Amino acid sequence: MHRHEVRAEQHRDRTRAEQHPHETRAEQRRSEHRDRARRKERGPDPRTPPPGEHRHDDATPRGSPPVTTLRTEGLSYGTGEGRHLVNAVDLTAADGETVGLVGPNGSGKTTLLRCVYGTLRPTHGRVLLDGDDLAALPVKARAQRVATVPQDGQAGFELTVGQVVAMGRAPHKRFWEADTAADAALVDDALARVGIAALAPRTFASLSGGERQRALVARALVQQPSLVVLDEPTNHLDIRYQLEILSLIRGLGTTNLLALHDLNLAAYYCDRLYVLKDGAVVASGAPEKVLTAELLREVYGVAAEVSTHPVTGAPTVVYLPEGTHSPILST
Amino acid sequence: MTCRASAPRRPLGYALVLGVLAVLLGAAVLAALALGSVRIPPGQVIDILTGRAEASPFRTIVLDVRLPRVLLGIVVGAGLAVIGTVLQALVRNQLADPFLLGVSSGASTGAVLVIVLGIGATLATTVTIPAAAFAGALLSLLLVYTLARGGGGLTTNRLVLAGVAVSYVLSALTSLILVTSARADHLQEVLYWTLGGLGAARWDMLALPAITLVAGTAVLLTLARPLDLLLVGEEGATVLGLDTARFRAAVFVLASLMTGALVAYSGAIGFVGLMVPHMARMVVGAAHRALLPVVALGGAVFLVLADLAARTVAAPQDIPVGVLTALTGGPFFLWMLRRRPEGAPA
Repeated sequence: MHRHEVRAEQHRDRTRAEQHPHETRAEQRRSEHRDRARRKERGPDPRTPPPGEHRHDDATPRGSPPVTTLRTEGLSYGTGEGRHLVNAVDLTAADGETVGLVGPNGSGKTTLLRCVYGTLRPTHGRVLLDGDDLAALPVKARAQRVATVPQDGQAGFELTVGQVVAMGRAPHKRFWEADTAADAALVDDALARVGIAALAPRTFASLSGGERQRALVARALVQQPSLVVLDEPTNHLDIRYQLEILSLIRGLGTTNLLALHDLNLAAYYCDRLYVLKDGAVVASGAPEKVLTAELLREVYGVAAEVSTHPVTGAPTVVYLPEGTHSPILST
Repeated sequence: MTCRASAPRRPLGYALVLGVLAVLLGAAVLAALALGSVRIPPGQVIDILTGRAEASPFRTIVLDVRLPRVLLGIVVGAGLAVIGTVLQALVRNQLADPFLLGVSSGASTGAVLVIVLGIGATLATTVTIPAAAFAGALLSLLLVYTLARGGGGLTTNRLVLAGVAVSYVLSALTSLILVTSARADHLQEVLYWTLGGLGAARWDMLALPAITLVAGTAVLLTLARPLDLLLVGEEGATVLGLDTARFRAAVFVLASLMTGALVAYSGAIGFVGLMVPHMARMVVGAAHRALLPVVALGGAVFLVLADLAARTVAAPQDIPVGVLTALTGGPFFLWMLRRRPEGAPA
């Protein structure tokens, strides 16, 4: 990074702090993160942001994709027996936002995501992307706008990593159309961006869990979606890869909706969280507002201590075994 | 580097594979025309084929006896291998094969029913039998697929068991039809045919299966992209923009059509569609655009050689080639079954 860029960034940070004295440190960290991701997305910013520029203005420079908004309206998914796996969920994700779904197993995270990316049809309510009802779109049109990174990505029959990633072009192609040089370039770029360019000729099956997850993120990139939906993208990964994948996702510049198990990771990497219990949203908002000891007790049935981490500035959850007394909770 | 990540691996290697297979096919055809109860020098075979040996005493053997049989072998071998490849993508399982999934048995039952009942006897070999074989193939495929899917996931166990069960029932049905039919004179001929053989090949039988093979394979080549998508699973394909239910239904019908057109002439020859795609994937990978031509050529080579073996190993006995492919394919199937952990996808 050039020195003037660093200065610009420092300037921007100062400006933001002045503009938004109420912003917590965590919010700042997230907006910085986002700004950086955007800059990366479209290259170095030629403009020096004028003082007082609001950070959201930064999101719509000339030539960038239109603002993406995901909104669910009273989204419900019920089984035939009248049980609601997802119950009247209203959720939004604004352009470039990374929104996390947390909640215990069986709280409806995956079902909600599947309703959003369209393999389940909601029994009530709608999923709107920029105002369009996703359920009303043809499968292919939907796939041009929404990419999915599945929980345990599989690709049978020894397809190569390059071939799996290139599948992301499918929604933009007719059946018989061959990939062009431009498509191949997109694939190469995506592979490079997730750091697995060297693995392209390998078979997908031979990759480690973290590498597969990266390949699937690359495939989502190649799909050029406005919304990326990820179901537990860190499942079965070593902690190092969990961090890498989540940083990568944050850096994509897309609107991201992801289900996460780990509350600390969710708190650090997401702009906002929705907490689900029995299919319904019980809390939503910025992580530091949502993740409280009371909520964790109510939703997960555990005692926990939540503090602001001195280094990351994000809320940090420490679970307390039964019978332990938290000095913070008792004071 | 000029090689793009998404391009088929080693384009030069791919051309080489096709070239080698084409040479192999030529050699297999030549051998199949030259060898048999009467041995004809290969040079003379070539002369006869190119019309430079009008007076050769072997002309009839080569052109009217062996050549149609070899050509039918090419068509049926290529077709079964292509159908196997496609069925494997459809059910996402390498153990799928038109024979193992009961499709061939269904086609046989349909065809035998028509033969025995004598429906449209004058058209028998051109229209009614293939049509009945197609109907039988489609019905049995749908039956197996529905049975295997019932109650959720499509596991290898369920698929193979459903295929075997449906196969058994249909074979029994075929036997029942044959045994109770008044036309016992046909028994030997029809029995040979149900075991899968090319011995009945005649020139006038070639057009329909050949056209079906070429047209079907051409259509499938245009569907290479969605066929690839099926390999990442139903949900994976859907989120990549494929209407899986509709596509699957369309390809089921196409695969049944092709099976019907082939089985009507060759009987149920098993395991070609199992072994050939598996070996081809090891060489050129799983992407269908590259895979299908290799599979077609490989299947043709395999069946021409298998049929050559069938009529020479126990000469003058003409063993149904289906018996030979089952003898080699059965152990191959068991080897594949052992090699993969239970529950593993594809």
